[in-house]
Amino acid sequence: MTNRLKFMLKKELLQTLRDPRMRIVILVMPIFQTLIFGYAVTTDVKKVDTAIVDMANTTKTRATVDQFVSSGIFIPTYRSSYDEAWYAMDQGEVQAMILFNQQGQMQFVTDGSRGLSAGVTAGYAAAILSSNQQPPITVESRAWYNPLLKSRNFYVPGVIAMMVMVVTLILSSMAVVREVEIGTMEQIMVTPMKRWEFIVGKLLPFGAIGMVNVLVVTAVAVFWFNIPLQGSLPLLMLGAVLYLMNTLGMGLLISTISRTQQQAMLSAFFVIFPASLLSGFAFPIANMPAIIRFFTLFNPMRYMMTILRDIFLKGNGLDILWPNYLAMFLLGVVLLTTATLRFKKTG
Amino acid sequence: MKEKIVTVHNLTKSFKEVQAVKGISFEVNQGEVFGLVGPDGAGKTTTMRILAAILSPDSGSAEILHLDSIKDREKIHDRIAYMSQRFGLYQDLTVQENIKFYADLYGVKRTELKESMDKLLSWSNLTQFKNRPAGKLSGGMKQKLGLTCALIHTPELLLLDEPTNGVDPVSRKEFWNLLYKLVDDGLTIIMTTAYLDEAERCHRLAFMDKGKITARGTPKEIVNLIPGGVFKFNSENPFEESNRIAETTQAVSTVFGSQVHVMGKITAEQIQKSINRQAEIVRSEGSVEDAFVYLSEIEKNHG
Repeated sequence: MTNRLKFMLKKELLQTLRDPRMRIVILVMPIFQTLIFGYAVTTDVKKVDTAIVDMANTTKTRATVDQFVSSGIFIPTYRSSYDEAWYAMDQGEVQAMILFNQQGQMQFVTDGSRGLSAGVTAGYAAAILSSNQQPPITVESRAWYNPLLKSRNFYVPGVIAMMVMVVTLILSSMAVVREVEIGTMEQIMVTPMKRWEFIVGKLLPFGAIGMVNVLVVTAVAVFWFNIPLQGSLPLLMLGAVLYLMNTLGMGLLISTISRTQQQAMLSAFFVIFPASLLSGFAFPIANMPAIIRFFTLFNPMRYMMTILRDIFLKGNGLDILWPNYLAMFLLGVVLLTTATLRFKKTG
Repeated sequence: MKEKIVTVHNLTKSFKEVQAVKGISFEVNQGEVFGLVGPDGAGKTTTMRILAAILSPDSGSAEILHLDSIKDREKIHDRIAYMSQRFGLYQDLTVQENIKFYADLYGVKRTELKESMDKLLSWSNLTQFKNRPAGKLSGGMKQKLGLTCALIHTPELLLLDEPTNGVDPVSRKEFWNLLYKLVDDGLTIIMTTAYLDEAERCHRLAFMDKGKITARGTPKEIVNLIPGGVFKFNSENPFEESNRIAETTQAVSTVFGSQVHVMGKITAEQIQKSINRQAEIVRSEGSVEDAFVYLSEIEKNHG
């Protein structure tokens, strides 16, 4: 490491730690984000207010209703007519309806405007009804890797990938543009400092911040939420390093096309939103149309998402995950090279 | 004969469609304050950035300290200082930390740093502010801090791009006193300015307009470029009368407060005839500012 690079890093560290907002970004924000995803963002269905209209009122229909109620998930309220039940659903008072006509035929209705949880609710209903068949068909399903199907186990590891991109992409692009904005860039260019020293000196601190974020969120996931970390932590960190090559490369690239910090921040959001949506964080990539699936191949977050979930929940090793590491490495090299070349031109 | 330490030959530089510098040449001698004077957009900053070896010219050459501005970029950077319009200071770092950072980038030895920092801080009267964040300094003090940072590696040539832009008059005067002290110690300074009172403080000047140098010389030589001196008279409607002179004669006319200055091939009688009254016309030597107005008007009429 050259002396100048050392001084650049020192200065960057001094500036970053002196800024109270930065201290918050580094430590508080990741924990806060993780807690939000751990507690609030859940697709588990725990309580479904259900309107019940029983026109037949036979032992059989009453037994069926009892079965639903005893599951503990469906909270029943009896309604006297179909219209009244429909009205309750329109009002959002109930999320499901169990309707029996005079012949005792049953209709189960869920509120489709509630997306994911509607599907889950219908699934529960089907499970309850199937146990009612004669002879009963016993389906013993078991979800591997996440036996309780806790959405928390699924989302919290994914938060790491999102968190790191948000923090490092925005901060690095803004920090480089800031030097241009306040004129220090021009001043540094007339010193004997080399361009690569400037770039490395500028990006490395944010890489370090990113690594700290990964460790903090991992700790919260494991010790607070008890999400099992089945695989190897060093392998996870290796993935984080490759992932940071990508986010910092993008940050530098954004800084070369932005003239102000506001522009840099906006451009960063333009990258972060599609990257998150197409990463498989919330929406499975397998369900996307072919053309969109193709685009996800150029999304580093997609690979990091896979690595995180596989290491956390499955305990997979490099033997299975290597294509993800390779893809991130290649993308990272391309991004960093392009950004560095462009950076030269703008200087 | 003083040594020439900057030689610029036929320099051109274009940005997309705009030709910012159109083939300029000049020389700067050791130990002088050389002023590049001209209106905004004349190409002064572009020229300075080429001299600072951070911008490559399209054609022509610039030799700085006998080094080529393109080939010997790094050697030049070791030996010169460049202060852009807004000297880049880290607002959240203190005065001392800013100076140290630039000293480190230039590889100033720690043993020498203490001494030269103390010297420069007392020279610029910043000693008592050394632990203050740069962002909390006044405009004039920021300027001085910028200069201090630029000088920490004891350069041989100092390039200043509009150094006193937006600085109050008292601070400007102080800044100039600092510059003269540096010149006494043997430093060579090239500066750009749009302030014409500042131009008079330079040892030698080059007028730059629309990418070309239209005149050069000492302030005295520049003033002498106005043929036949300047006719001055007081007026109650200076702008109206000045315009009338410009329209009805070949002369160049300009307004200073309530005074009209007329330059060029004209006589006092012709002026009186043009404004149609018996004004009290005094003929005297002009200022650099008069010369600047005259030269840019002539250039406009020819171009």
